[in-house]
Amino acid sequence: MEFTGRVWKFGKDIDTDAIIPARYMNTSVPEELAKHCMEDADPTFPQKVQNGDIIVADKNFGCGSSREHAPICIRAAGVSCVIAKSFARIFFRNAINIGLPIFECPEAVDGIREGDVIQVNADSGVIFNMTTGQTYTAKALDASMQEIIRNGGLMEYVKTRLSEAKA
Amino acid sequence: MGMTITEKILAAHAGKATVEPGELIRAKLDLVLANDVTAPVSIKELEKINLEQVFDKDKVVLVQDHFVPAKDIKSAEQSKVVRDFARKFDITNHFDVGEMGIEHCLLPEKGLVTPGDVVIGADSHTCTYGALGAFATGVGSTDLAAGIALGEAWFKVPESIKFEYDGKLPEDVTGKDLILHTIGDIGVDGALYQSMEFTGSAIDELSMDGRMTMANMAIEAGGKNGIIAADQKTIAYVEERTNKPYKVYQSDEDAKYNRVIKYDVEKLEPVVAFPHLPENTRPVSEAGHVELDQVVIGSCTNGRIEDLRVAAKIMQGKKVHKNVRCIIFPGTQAIVKQAMKEGLIEIFIDAGCAVSTPTCGPCLGGHMGILAKGERSLATTNRNFVGRMGHPESEVYLCGPNVAAASAIAGRIVHPREVE
Repeated sequence: MEFTGRVWKFGKDIDTDAIIPARYMNTSVPEELAKHCMEDADPTFPQKVQNGDIIVADKNFGCGSSREHAPICIRAAGVSCVIAKSFARIFFRNAINIGLPIFECPEAVDGIREGDVIQVNADSGVIFNMTTGQTYTAKALDASMQEIIRNGGLMEYVKTRLSEAKA
Repeated sequence: MGMTITEKILAAHAGKATVEPGELIRAKLDLVLANDVTAPVSIKELEKINLEQVFDKDKVVLVQDHFVPAKDIKSAEQSKVVRDFARKFDITNHFDVGEMGIEHCLLPEKGLVTPGDVVIGADSHTCTYGALGAFATGVGSTDLAAGIALGEAWFKVPESIKFEYDGKLPEDVTGKDLILHTIGDIGVDGALYQSMEFTGSAIDELSMDGRMTMANMAIEAGGKNGIIAADQKTIAYVEERTNKPYKVYQSDEDAKYNRVIKYDVEKLEPVVAFPHLPENTRPVSEAGHVELDQVVIGSCTNGRIEDLRVAAKIMQGKKVHKNVRCIIFPGTQAIVKQAMKEGLIEIFIDAGCAVSTPTCGPCLGGHMGILAKGERSLATTNRNFVGRMGHPESEVYLCGPNVAAASAIAGRIVHPREVE
């Protein structure tokens, strides 16, 4: 899997209330949530973001609540993947479980500027900055995480387990 | 090599003699929890796989607490999804209006969590139950859906940080101050992916309510769980509420910690976290002149009876400042009743506070106390992120119930002794 997209940069400790404010969580319809994606971090983001764009953020991205609405709205807004120096724990699990690709790579975050166009290879973790020509390598995901993604998300795994139990 | 309490609980639930930090395990779950905001997302996932039965109808807990009584049509529809699911699968512990409370106040009160349990909840403050010596952690809705179906979850065994709070707690320093001080010290990702183990003589001294306040905010330091080994106080609390068998775990003397952090609590004073992160803490005496529009006392962090007693003691015979709206959110119906019996509700109303039915409401900017642009609230809640309680240009300051009550009277952030 490879993604090519334009970069939107965000700072450190972007919390889930900034990603999707709770005032919009009276629904879980992805398209509805996408209209407010990152709104409290950048009110113009929902209008600016285009299909395939990539979010690059500093440390502790997605801290705060457990709301899966956060990775859901990022994916529904068309963002192809998120690169950060580090991710908050629950956001990390949620992103994997719903199949939003995420990469930890501090060097890439420091080297990539807003508006750069980058190419991310999800299998090798190699990030190529097409604007500057620089290359970075993200930390590889644990094997079990990769397996969840390969299986098409956690629920596919659950389905398999339940049908095994029946058989 | 010895194990920490967290490692022991996880090992026991994974059917292993020992586990080590970094190891991936599949653990059996004693309880899985979701609320009216997170359960609908799980239910949607479970419908996709045509779930025929939940893993154990007594171990799935659904609490309608975030936007109920329904604040609008969309919220009503979300709640209905949960209600329908609860009826379809005959869920024993579905708490709806009239019975419900703020989930993390309600579950311990109902005796649903016991020492040594493994609990996941689709709510980040699920870590509260660590105060009972359980391993409890927040997850998203898909993990929760998997838990509802299988009764299991994947975990990476976390490293542990040991926090030792020694000395005698000064009279005006609460559990909230201990945890805010800790978050201020290590930062909002200071315990990322790690277990926070709270120990020391000051923790022994804390009530169960105070301990729950501390474990509740482990997530605000990025922690996977917060945990306090069960002692006689824990056992007395649990025995009063359930007959369920349980096992008490303690960390071994030679358990391995990523680090050990020690605090002398006698040097502490009440703490306030300034916008817009819980780590922006200052001693209240250094808060400066901060005028307030609203004060919120309650939530899963500080909505328990002890918190209300502390606030009422300060407010008795006094009036909330004319520029301040003070809203009290008791955690559960039982807490409301107890507060009525003790005359606390009367004290609050006489002081000019509004007293609400239990709800997560204003803490997350849901309803019942939303801030306008430029407004400022002091709150005993757990997060002060941008826009957390309303308009993105409003501000939230965090503190314990004594500072909140005193500040509601003064109209600005003050040390409790200033209104005595």
